[in-house]
Amino acid sequence: MMQRIYDWIDERVDITPLWRDIADHEVPEHVNPAHHFSAFVYCFGGLTFFVTVIQVLSGMFLTMYYVPDIENAWKSVYYLQTEVAHGQIVRGMHHWGASVVIVMLFLHTLRVFFQGAYKKPRELNWMVGVMIFFVMLGLGLTGYLLPWDNKAYFATQVTLEIAEGVPFIGEATKTLLAGDAEIVGAQTLTRFFAIHVFFLPAALFLLMGIHFIMIRKQGISGPL
Amino acid sequence: MSEKKQQVSRRQFLNYTLTGVGGFMAAGMLAPMVRFAIDPALQPQSKGDFKAVAQVDEITNEPQRFDWTIDQTDAWYESEVTKSAWVYKQEDGSILALSPVCKHLGCVVSWQGNSDYPEQFFCPCHDGRYYKSGENVEGTPPPVGLDIYEHKIEDGTLYLGKAKPREGA
Repeated sequence: MMQRIYDWIDERVDITPLWRDIADHEVPEHVNPAHHFSAFVYCFGGLTFFVTVIQVLSGMFLTMYYVPDIENAWKSVYYLQTEVAHGQIVRGMHHWGASVVIVMLFLHTLRVFFQGAYKKPRELNWMVGVMIFFVMLGLGLTGYLLPWDNKAYFATQVTLEIAEGVPFIGEATKTLLAGDAEIVGAQTLTRFFAIHVFFLPAALFLLMGIHFIMIRKQGISGPL
Repeated sequence: MSEKKQQVSRRQFLNYTLTGVGGFMAAGMLAPMVRFAIDPALQPQSKGDFKAVAQVDEITNEPQRFDWTIDQTDAWYESEVTKSAWVYKQEDGSILALSPVCKHLGCVVSWQGNSDYPEQFFCPCHDGRYYKSGENVEGTPPPVGLDIYEHKIEDGTLYLGKAKPREGA
């Protein structure tokens, strides 16, 4: 049945080359842990991607209950965590995944760094990777405020103070981030929400796309 | 039919294993999220407590609109919501409390809302009409009659519960 549906579509729009290009390629021996166990270090990039998928999915589901409003943000988080079935699990996935994704990203970076895999011709991909790293940190930073509890509030207070410390543009940056020159409040929360849920994920998807296309184009770096 | 030995090639075996493990992981990941998302559909329906609405001696043979408020808990938001009903005494002396929500598309109907149709409930949205009994007038948009509130009378006070659709609706 599935085969016939696939054939019907394939006959018309020729999708086989599309997925073959993405999925069907040799894994070289030196990156296969079945041959050399130490090759598990090559898994960290993929694990980062896997955790990112979990983050995106759990985040999408969390917004079904969450409201980015100072009156209701905390209450909605409390509600989804205590009243909704599996709320603890879904929020737990997003909460812990946020830390795990940074750890995986860091391990991936270490592997690429110590293997010298960033060298010519892969310098561009290293740069894109660094940008992904900063986007991830931005996601962690903006997401931290959203529960609107004391920890979130004062962490953001500190973040904004740091931003303010930048010479010349510090104050403007702080106002832009917080939405107000003095108050950390309603507009800060909506801004952080928008950045966390729309702007940074869009940037992340774009950068990840470039990152992956370049890997396929250049191939994985050779054995040490 | 020849007794052919079913050979599973190495490639097939790996394909099945990978699909199985991948499917298991995806299911493990998605199951809590899906349950989380469909939670509202699995919540028990609110019973709808009876609320005091009017004194029985206020009620006449002519439908009158009575408003009352109920406490509504909408997830993390608690508020008071105003409900209303068209209430009158029927021929046999029993009380009928009709929901004002039109059964066509949910606008609010009112008794004698249109002077062309006295003795009828009228919905201004699409000219839906109902007889005094709450039954819909054939040829106008509503497919069925108005919902009827559950009611009870204690010490001369009318209490209304939840509006229920008519039998056969």
